[in-house]
Amino acid sequence: MDKLRLIIWREYLAKVRNKSFIIMTILSPLLIVGMIILIAYLTKINDSESKIIAVLDQSAFFQDKFQPGKAISYVHFEDIDLEAAQDSVKALQYDGLLFIPNAANVDLVAQNMFFYSEDNPSTGTTAAMESIIQGVLREQRMENLGVSNTTFQKIEKEFNLKLASFDGGVNLKGVNEMKAFIGGAFGYAIMMFIIIYGGFVMRSVIEEKTSRIIEVIISSVKPFYLMLGKIIGTSLAGITQFAIWMISSGVLLFICVLLLGINPEALYVSPEMTGAEMAQLPTDLDENFIAYAQEALQIPWALLLLSFIVYFVLGYLIYSSIYAAIGAAVDNETDTQQFIFPIILPLMLGIYIGFFSVFGNPHGPIAVGFSLFPLTSPIVMLMRLPGGIGEGGVPVWQLLLSLILLIMTFLAIVWLASKIYRVGILMYGKKPTYRELYKWLKY
Amino acid sequence: MQNMLVADTVSKFYGKHKALSDVSLEIPENSIYGLLGPNGAGKTTFIRIINQITFPDEGQILFKGKPLHPKDVARIGYLPEERGLYKSMKVGEQALYLSQLKGVPKIEAKKRLKEWFDRFEIGPWWNKKIQELSKGMAQKVQFIVTVLHEPELLIFDEPFSGFDPINANLIKNEILRLKENGTSIIFSTHRMESVEELCEHIALIHKSEKILDGKLSDIKKAYRKNRFTVDLKSNQDLDTAKILEKDIAIVHNEYDAKEEIQHLTLQLPCDETREVLHLLSDLGTVYRFEEVVPTVNEIFIQTVNEREQHG
Repeated sequence: MDKLRLIIWREYLAKVRNKSFIIMTILSPLLIVGMIILIAYLTKINDSESKIIAVLDQSAFFQDKFQPGKAISYVHFEDIDLEAAQDSVKALQYDGLLFIPNAANVDLVAQNMFFYSEDNPSTGTTAAMESIIQGVLREQRMENLGVSNTTFQKIEKEFNLKLASFDGGVNLKGVNEMKAFIGGAFGYAIMMFIIIYGGFVMRSVIEEKTSRIIEVIISSVKPFYLMLGKIIGTSLAGITQFAIWMISSGVLLFICVLLLGINPEALYVSPEMTGAEMAQLPTDLDENFIAYAQEALQIPWALLLLSFIVYFVLGYLIYSSIYAAIGAAVDNETDTQQFIFPIILPLMLGIYIGFFSVFGNPHGPIAVGFSLFPLTSPIVMLMRLPGGIGEGGVPVWQLLLSLILLIMTFLAIVWLASKIYRVGILMYGKKPTYRELYKWLKY
Repeated sequence: MQNMLVADTVSKFYGKHKALSDVSLEIPENSIYGLLGPNGAGKTTFIRIINQITFPDEGQILFKGKPLHPKDVARIGYLPEERGLYKSMKVGEQALYLSQLKGVPKIEAKKRLKEWFDRFEIGPWWNKKIQELSKGMAQKVQFIVTVLHEPELLIFDEPFSGFDPINANLIKNEILRLKENGTSIIFSTHRMESVEELCEHIALIHKSEKILDGKLSDIKKAYRKNRFTVDLKSNQDLDTAKILEKDIAIVHNEYDAKEEIQHLTLQLPCDETREVLHLLSDLGTVYRFEEVVPTVNEIFIQTVNEREQHG
């Protein structure tokens, strides 16, 4: 055990003292924060750019309806014909011309309305105009039908289907998605960690092979301990890096928000929203915010964190021992491609299955299947778990079965990988085939 | 003398390939043992079995009379043929790490390292990385790492490859000193002439089998052919060779006209030399009279040939 500790410590130091590792650790948060600031800044610019649209209204239906908003200002043309208006819009370099012809009724007018512009207008611009026109159309049609505006207001009330679970709890729309998203973030973190640090383990094995120190080491310790020490040491370095990233990104982001006065909310609100929608948004949020917050609090965080740790440790050990075996089987990194693809495949599958199937239906057959299959379960099960376990969540037997399968796979894979590793580290000079790897298992 | 290591009908297979076949050896304590044979004969496999890097499929190894135990690795030092150290690790740190892996406490390892660094006059390298050192320098570090845990059995695979003559001599003297201090040493090499003078015992390995082993002096005795080389300055006008031919078989005959010396190789019927010497000294001055002792290389080739002829 002393030797294992020595190996872990050496691998850890070798990793954290590595120059490129240090540079990555320092630069990554700067890059991430830089990106966020850039996005926020660009969004702000986009927001502040307002469009000027000329309105040539020959009818009588749209007086004063086009009021300048945040994103679009309207300029009203009067007493000129269409051609002249088009020329002036071009001359004045306005962003477009809305032409409203005259006709007997509002429907005829609407049919012949046109929007002229140099480029294709953005959907936000057309949506804004359409919303105004739609409003006027509705009013006019109601008047024709003899329905007053106030009557209509009474009729037109938004309807939301209330959701409840059988035990009487309140269900909220989009909660499944929110929960799966939280689980997905955990699953995604596991995948990234495996790919990055599994690769480190592999390269470190290859380095030992090419520098030929391997024989010196395994004449002192069992290859299995070396492999285990390497995997643990590298993952500790990884956790260190992750922790530094989290803390420094958080601090940096906080400082930037304070200094630059960027509103983080600006990142979440689409700049294309019309004024009406903008106005609607906060009230909507207010109404449901507490409910969603309650729902978020109801997510079994303790269970989720515990499962994250268990699935993370087992999943990482499974994959990184495969990475170690690959590193032992080859002589240089270019030979690893053929072996790496089959490893990444289940990871990607887990993520995509998660996003496309588990988000919509966390307890459907596909979600269940992939959360039991040990190579994808660390990702998919975590996406399902925010719904809790037991009734309404993941059935307990599924969680247990998934864990048992994972542990069995872990034992089998580590055993197989250490066999390949033991033989591979002493094999030089040729690129092995799968058949040879199979033969090594029997040595 | 007690045996340091005994191999008892050890066999090792890789799939269908036989890497070692029923090899039995006895390596005496406090001696230098030569494990000789061409590349691919199975020497490295045998050494890896002693180091418990691989394990025999049949037979067993006894270390000081007891079956080899995983803990015994701390009592064995191994310099592999493929030398290697962590390139980006500092010399001192690395040597400490490797000797700690062999079970030497850190403080003790540091003390011993300082002594070795002083002895080899490489103190200033302590904080250098291996990649900054030349190949020969790295080899010195590797040698120190191999012996630092003061093993009872030292195994050198191709000990002198990679050293320049000066350093090879330095290492040779260090190895002899270790032997004086009671260490048992195994040399494994395909360059038999390089260790011939150092080894007291040898084993010849050929195509995964041991074909010959024993005390080097005994083996040489057994392979003697009663051949002698003679350098003779004749005091006769007659052709000395012609005179000798009557009584003795001459294998080789060459006359050095410049030095006026006759170089002869004689084949005697037995190792009785009195008569021959008598005869020779009648013919002139004998500058040299020496038995032709076969080299290990010659013995090896002869043994292999004999085995192949016999099936």
